[in-house]
Amino acid sequence: MSKTINRRDIDFLLFEVFGVDRLCERDYFAAHDRQVFNLMLDTAERLAAGHFLGCAAGGDRNMAEVIDGRVRLVPQAKFAMDEMIDAGFVAASLDNEYGGLQMPVAVANACMAIFQSANIGLCGLPLLTIGVANLINACGSAEQKSVFIPRLLNGSCYGTMCLSEPHAGSSLTDIRTRAELVDGINYRITGSKMWITGGEHELSENIVHMVLAKIPGGPAGVKGISLFIVPRYRVDAEGSVGESNDVSLAGLNHKMGQRISPNCALNFGENNNCIGQLVGEQHRGLEYMFHMMNEARIAVGLAAVSAGYAGYMYSLGYARERTQGRLPQDKNPANRMVPIIRHADVKRMLLAQKSYVEGGLALCLFASSLVDEEKTHPDESARRQAHLLLDVLIPVVKAWPSEWCLEANKHAIQILGGYGYTQEYPVERLYRDNRLNMIHEGTNGIHGIDLLGRKVVMHNGAGFELVMGEIARSVETARAHKELSEYASGLNRARKTVVDTTAVLTAAAASGNVAGFMANSSLYLDMFGHLVIAWIWLKQAIVAQRALSGAHESDRPFYEGKLRACQYYFHWELPKITAQAELLSSLDASCLEMPEEAF
Amino acid sequence: MKILVPIKRVVDANVRVRVKSDRSGVELANLKMAMNPFCEIAMEEAVRQQEAGTVKEIVAVTVGGAQCQDILRTALAMGADRAILVETDVEAQPLGVAKVLRAVADREKPEVIILGKQAIDDDNNQTGQMLAALLGWAQGTFASKLEFAGGGLRVTREVDGGLETLMLKLPAIVTTDLRLNEPRYVKLPNIMKAKKKPLDVIKAADLGVDLTSRLKVLKVEEPPARGGGIKVASVQELVHRLRNERKVI
Ligand SMILES: Cc1cc2nc3c(=O)[nH]c(=O)nc-3n(C[C@H](O)[C@H](O)[C@H](O)COP(=O)(O)OP(=O)(O)OC[C@H]3O[C@@H](n4cnc5c(N)ncnc54)[C@H](O)[C@@H]3O)c2cc1C
Repeated sequence: MSKTINRRDIDFLLFEVFGVDRLCERDYFAAHDRQVFNLMLDTAERLAAGHFLGCAAGGDRNMAEVIDGRVRLVPQAKFAMDEMIDAGFVAASLDNEYGGLQMPVAVANACMAIFQSANIGLCGLPLLTIGVANLINACGSAEQKSVFIPRLLNGSCYGTMCLSEPHAGSSLTDIRTRAELVDGINYRITGSKMWITGGEHELSENIVHMVLAKIPGGPAGVKGISLFIVPRYRVDAEGSVGESNDVSLAGLNHKMGQRISPNCALNFGENNNCIGQLVGEQHRGLEYMFHMMNEARIAVGLAAVSAGYAGYMYSLGYARERTQGRLPQDKNPANRMVPIIRHADVKRMLLAQKSYVEGGLALCLFASSLVDEEKTHPDESARRQAHLLLDVLIPVVKAWPSEWCLEANKHAIQILGGYGYTQEYPVERLYRDNRLNMIHEGTNGIHGIDLLGRKVVMHNGAGFELVMGEIARSVETARAHKELSEYASGLNRARKTVVDTTAVLTAAAASGNVAGFMANSSLYLDMFGHLVIAWIWLKQAIVAQRALSGAHESDRPFYEGKLRACQYYFHWELPKITAQAELLSSLDASCLEMPEEAF
Repeated sequence: MKILVPIKRVVDANVRVRVKSDRSGVELANLKMAMNPFCEIAMEEAVRQQEAGTVKEIVAVTVGGAQCQDILRTALAMGADRAILVETDVEAQPLGVAKVLRAVADREKPEVIILGKQAIDDDNNQTGQMLAALLGWAQGTFASKLEFAGGGLRVTREVDGGLETLMLKLPAIVTTDLRLNEPRYVKLPNIMKAKKKPLDVIKAADLGVDLTSRLKVLKVEEPPARGGGIKVASVQELVHRLRNERKVI
């Protein structure tokens, strides 16, 4: 049984809230049923509690290093990865055709969350590998698919994403890596990539780098970026591994967290002998990359949730055991000290964590179920709707957990007091591990820009209206339960506040004040995210409220916990929106107009 | 060769159970259930023997309600070829289960039956022995090692003084101890295959076995809460207290 995430919560979300088992009625998922999902989740719990959790602390202390010219990880990392691959977790959600197991993404991601909560750093490697398999599946040629996908799924190849360069992270327009045509689809690649997770290691026979590069003479800007498959070792048509492909390790980055996995600076074509295969058409690389970005961003959101969840579970257990002080009404020093979980202020920190991590998990699994819907819903318009909803929510799915589940980790440390600040307890590591999530897969700042500047206004605001419509629907459902009517009204008010604020901002943009419109986009993202999470909490509360009366005695505390956490969120968190909306609607220019010299 | 592996559905080993308020038993509703860990070891051993080429077919069997299909599914995912659910609403006790298993053995005619030495819910440690007596087969209990040799079965047993090795004639009964092996976890492709393997349901009544309880539970209680410890001034005082107050030495 996992000690780093609550299986009961996962089952509640998958089966009671999102009804994922109903997907098995569709042909695509016909090989599965609820029991298959249960057993898979059981296996994930078992493996995660073994080698994954087993090397979390050790992998942090003994970070990935270059020894005798080879990148070395702690030895358990290889056992853990082999078990995960062997059990089918990397192949889980891919198509049967290339060795996948066609499991719903929602269930596969729930399994992954169990692993991530045990060892977030190590899970970066399989997640990238899954991402690469998805990318080749979506955009590669038939030959590329049959050569690479089965090998990515069976562990003989791991994958990487090579977008960032030393001088260009957020600004991919400005990358410099070049690709010159040799023949057919083969290009000679030269350039340097930075921050490449899993860029080099000896865990697998080969590594497949997905590299963004520019073909000379192509259009300027993002429209001139193409995508290439660049293996570490050359492969023949059967996929057999041959000579080195002139991809060299320039060095490892020494990170704050997630230190178990290697993060690399890579040089491509130092000897002008690095060959990559073009994926799809020239100049469409970024578009292809974004095709699978949504899933990668859900994975980052889930990683943030999982690290937050692990901290919550640890600090909850600690708070039940640690005794300290007496309750305010007890003035007798002869009485025993109480477990700190009885102090209201400690409950505050636990409830805050619970509302962030369970809210975040619900959001990420909801987003995952939208991936299943857009892929397999029998109805074309429902598929399009799921896609649109997901597109708008993605910045929130990535950024909100990375911001607020990090906050959860802060509370977990606080609950352990001085002990939380030491390496003898896992919570400081979880905080460090989690800190990455605000930075990679697009910084949260960039996601704020994406949400306000693109997602909210795209298709004439259709996506934004879809989200608001869905929220309004949940409000209506909640009104049927008198216990939830307070939350229904609260969410409805918050929804109107966000709609009004958005109208003010887009009006400013329409009148030409683009800088003012975009200046506070991070704040907008946070406000929008807080609204979305309130909605997600109400969805959970509706199910919990319905289940409560018929629930078995032993299950009642679970449902009551959901309702209490919803209450906490609506009383403590949702009101923050009001102040944020005011600031945003005033088109506040404190940041925008601050002169550089005045700092 | 055919191996029959009887398995039991019990409350998951990681779950903390509570005594029912009327003290008639422990609260099971809504708890996570799983295959008894000793039965997992029995399943694992059968699968290893099959992988080694000595065994042709593995049949997993359990006695209980319809919900017990889940552990049969796990057994199939671990490697059993077929599964049988002997369905009954009665809470089966060791003798009843042993009688059902005898009836199943009469039909299936396995050469070996491997069971867990006990189930972690009631810790009876009886079913295997009772089954051996009913069938009149040889038995090797608490096995920590198992080898087919010379047409029989060599079983290493964990006994108080160390290890004891027995040669059993077939057909035989083996019950497993903890150190026999480490059971595998089930993998997704095998879980999916398990869904397609045969799982037969037989009504216990159709086997003509009387499952009526012969044991009556009078009451179930929590273990007494641990009292606080005390510090003693000397070894003499310790010995004195152990002898005269606790009366343990
Ligand atoms: C551990 C780790 C693993 C990583 N893994 C990978 C990987 O596998 N593959 C890969 O390709 N990359 C990877 N990255 C790179 C990551 O995606 C980048 O670090 C990130 O995109 C930010 O780029 P940068 O570091 O160059 O920061 P910059 O782009 O320089 O950003 C610095 C700051 O400026 C802000 N900023 C930048 N542009 C704007 C703007 N236009 N408007 C407003 N604010 C702006 C940013 O929000 C940020 O706060 C990884 C990074 C780390 C740390």
